[in-house]
Amino acid sequence: MTDPAPIVRLTGLRLDRGGRAVLEGIDLTVPRGSVTAVLGPSGSGKSTLLAGLTGELVPAAGTVEVLGAPLPRAQRALLELRKGVGVLLQGNGLLTDLTAAENVALPLRAHTRLPDPLIRRLVDMKLHAVGLRAAADLYPRELSGGMARRVALARALALDPPLMLYDEPLTGLDPIASGVIMSLIARLNASLGLTSIIVTHHVHETLPVADRALVIANGRIVFTGTPAALQASSDPLVRQFLDGQPDGPIAFDAVARPGLALEEPA
Amino acid sequence: MPFVAATRSLGRAGLFSLSVLRASRPTRDFFAELVREIYKIGARSLPIIAVGGAFVGLSVTLLGYRALETYGAANQISALVGLGLYRELAPVLTALLFIGRAGSSIAAELGLMRATDQITALGLMAIDPVAKAVAPRFWAALVSVPLLTALFCSLAISASYFEAVHVIGIEAGSFWQVLKDAVDFREDFCVAFIKAAVFGGTAALVASYVGYHAEPTIEGTSVATTRAVVNASLLVLMFNFVLSAFLFR
Repeated sequence: MTDPAPIVRLTGLRLDRGGRAVLEGIDLTVPRGSVTAVLGPSGSGKSTLLAGLTGELVPAAGTVEVLGAPLPRAQRALLELRKGVGVLLQGNGLLTDLTAAENVALPLRAHTRLPDPLIRRLVDMKLHAVGLRAAADLYPRELSGGMARRVALARALALDPPLMLYDEPLTGLDPIASGVIMSLIARLNASLGLTSIIVTHHVHETLPVADRALVIANGRIVFTGTPAALQASSDPLVRQFLDGQPDGPIAFDAVARPGLALEEPA
Repeated sequence: MPFVAATRSLGRAGLFSLSVLRASRPTRDFFAELVREIYKIGARSLPIIAVGGAFVGLSVTLLGYRALETYGAANQISALVGLGLYRELAPVLTALLFIGRAGSSIAAELGLMRATDQITALGLMAIDPVAKAVAPRFWAALVSVPLLTALFCSLAISASYFEAVHVIGIEAGSFWQVLKDAVDFREDFCVAFIKAAVFGGTAALVASYVGYHAEPTIEGTSVATTRAVVNASLLVLMFNFVLSAFLFR
């Protein structure tokens, strides 16, 4: 039996922001059905990688293949491809003038011709899957951070996309809510047969549910392997990130902009 | 290079306006959003337009009476009020009040949608953010501002009638007859509505453009709101001159 084609394949990828290369020489394949953790310190380019995967950012070099096809440049084709990719944003992105149920129904109403009763039933099922059926009529402002994240997760899953991308899914959540979100991600990945890519700097919460891990630092991938191999790695870049050391090969301070003089300490 | 930047900005605004028109498709979802927006930006503007209209009617009547009385033509006051309102004051002042009340809220809402990832999320769900968030606001303004202008005129003329007849002492029959003779349905009344629709559409497009492209921060939203009010008000005043020059004989 041959392996099915990877769901994501990046080859020689370079992504720029503001004329500066944020990521360079990125080669990556993500097998179907896996949970891949993309780790790295803040500002290392993790979210930029996600923007490259969703087509928000056009590669300066290299190719991006998602769902077995190169990422299209044309807006219409790109929107079509995005129906197969669920994205959970760091800020949730819930529409504030819609209830939780209306938010989840949004992609179903936009992309299907299903009758209203069926859409309501599907929304009910999606909210039930994230344990929030009782919150269907609440507005985002009435939800806690963890609940809002789960509603956003239900909405991202509304069209049953084969690929799920999570951008910092644990930011701003307490340890209990973080645990709930991570177990939901793992459970949904297994039960719905999804492929998940989790972009995060929450190492200890993410590694237990991940099959593969990669670490981004200094504009490139510095580690790819299993979570166990990551924990055992002796690479100084990886160790500095995992052990949270301020000094090491990963620069902590922001790169100074030209012309911006730093004040000398007195 | 301010000229180059201004030209580029104008070009972007033009392309944005075209994208709004292209994204306006008469779907069930669109009409539901349209009704919601007409309520939010139109119906909720009713009190401010009604109060504004009444006081403008009172002021113009007082001003006109003092001027006309000198020439013994005080009974022509309703002609002055009617022509002044339909031709210039009502469409412009309604649009300016609408910009302050609804244009600023359109810019703030879209700016906050940008700052809280709502616009990004729509794009990632393969939903065109312009179709979902901008087009209904544009059409709602296009429908609402002419109707608000009609209300403005009604309240202004009612207030003028009250002041002219019950305070100044002009005969009621003369007030209505002079108004009817002076104001032409096609050339004054209909043109006022054309102007109002143009101003409504302009206000909504300017507010949407600056809100949609706001920096995704609280400060960016605040800047966009101010810019929406200033730019839309200036454009309305400029368009008013151009339309008056071409539409009125």
